Amino acid sequence: MNNLNVSVDLPHASAPPLSMPDAPPKITVRDLNFYYGQSKALKSINLTLGTNRVTAFIGPSGCGKSTLLRIFNRMYDLYPGQRADGQVLLDKTNILDPKLDLNLLRARIGMVFQKPTPFPMTIYENIAFGVRLYEKLSKSEMDERVEKALRGGALWDEVKDKLNASGLSLSGGQQQRLCIARTVAVRPEVILFDEPCSALDPISTAKIEELISELKEDYTIAIVTHNMQQAARVSDQTAFMYLGELVEFDQTSKIFTSPSDRRTQDYITGRFG
Amino acid sequence: MASEHTAKAFDVDLQELSRLVAEMGGLAERQIVDSVDALVRRDVTLGRQVVALDAEIDKLQHQIEERAVLTIARRQPMAIDLREIVGALRVATDLERIGDLAKNIGKRVGQLDGDFNPLKLIRGLQHMTTLVQSQVKSVLDAYAAHNLPAAMTVWKGDEEVDAICTSLFRELLTYMMEDPRNISFCIHLMFCAKNIERIGDHATNIAETVFYMIEGQQLQSPRPRGEPSNFATVVPGN
Repeated sequence: MNNLNVSVDLPHASAPPLSMPDAPPKITVRDLNFYYGQSKALKSINLTLGTNRVTAFIGPSGCGKSTLLRIFNRMYDLYPGQRADGQVLLDKTNILDPKLDLNLLRARIGMVFQKPTPFPMTIYENIAFGVRLYEKLSKSEMDERVEKALRGGALWDEVKDKLNASGLSLSGGQQQRLCIARTVAVRPEVILFDEPCSALDPISTAKIEELISELKEDYTIAIVTHNMQQAARVSDQTAFMYLGELVEFDQTSKIFTSPSDRRTQDYITGRFG
Repeated sequence: MASEHTAKAFDVDLQELSRLVAEMGGLAERQIVDSVDALVRRDVTLGRQVVALDAEIDKLQHQIEERAVLTIARRQPMAIDLREIVGALRVATDLERIGDLAKNIGKRVGQLDGDFNPLKLIRGLQHMTTLVQSQVKSVLDAYAAHNLPAAMTVWKGDEEVDAICTSLFRELLTYMMEDPRNISFCIHLMFCAKNIERIGDHATNIAETVFYMIEGQQLQSPRPRGEPSNFATVVPGN
């Protein structure tokens, strides 16, 4: 409100800070552009993911939020014609460096997808498979790691008596938690969630959300979600993206109660288009 | 006002909520005027009407609360919509209190006896009531129109009400010291004045709610206040 003609001290909305002061940066994005062939999908993105913080990405379909998430572990490398420029730092490592060992990067930055994607193997092997790629563990060490990962994925109590059953025999919500356990097993630093609950029922969703709150003690988390209430519940910071731009990035409590940008407000209140 | 929701029914919910608040506000305004009118004219029947009509205001408050809770449950409102609903709830609470205070004045009408009728005091009370009533009206208009400057004018305007109230207190005290037979009447009048003053405070509460609805944060700076109605300002003579 600028046309106020009374002299009350009104706190004015200032430009939202791009790095949150309360946590050291884990991933720093600077002037990031991304292209699918000729079309530019991300336009000069700048933001910081705080260590041990949950950052939510919201926005309408096609706004670039999943694209951004896929850049964090170079998923786009799998597809020709897709390229990124600018800078994305994981601590001090430039993620976009073409010489980077992608296997190591993906061990440091794990990802959980929209649809649960268990391997067609036993529950035990679903976890152990990834671990063996990076580490040589004895049988007892591996047993321990599998149990710890399944506990981390809040699944242990449900599967401890059937570790040799197929991962595919689990329910959708259990499969998704198996995928989270699999991600946790290789001890990443960052976990990316791309709409992890969109195919799950409310109870499984609540379990995953509870899990995310626990996981942030040990990991830095980024989550893409279409469920606004979910973003409001689980995240510390929220980024609103629209048409490949980062429109607003701020504390979650601020974004969902009094966002600064009109477009953010229209989106979260259901007034878009 | 923000543009329409994709889900039109949400707009209908919000409109219904503000319609109910407007209706409740209209009733509350009338109660203020009628209660003081009854007091000035010693119209016991009108006083009783005011008391009876308070139930209507309470009923509207319940309706607003129910609708607000239902809308929150159904729409999971965010940002401006959420503040709009919280605003309606807060305004309804203030209006309900205003209704109670007017009702209390209405009750006192029947208890005034004797022919003691200090015109100057009554005029003072009427003046204060006019001021407060216009404060309530302005702030309800500001609420309906989302007019922040208008709400802030109300917020700052309460000082004058406080000042009149304090001077009324002083005067009442002198009357009571003059003749103890006036005490009962003066005490009633004092409560009425205090009630009106409290209604003014609720108007400023509503102004603060308007600020919250529009700006998305609570109003931090302290409100300008008149002298406290301190009885020690009049020292009984020797």
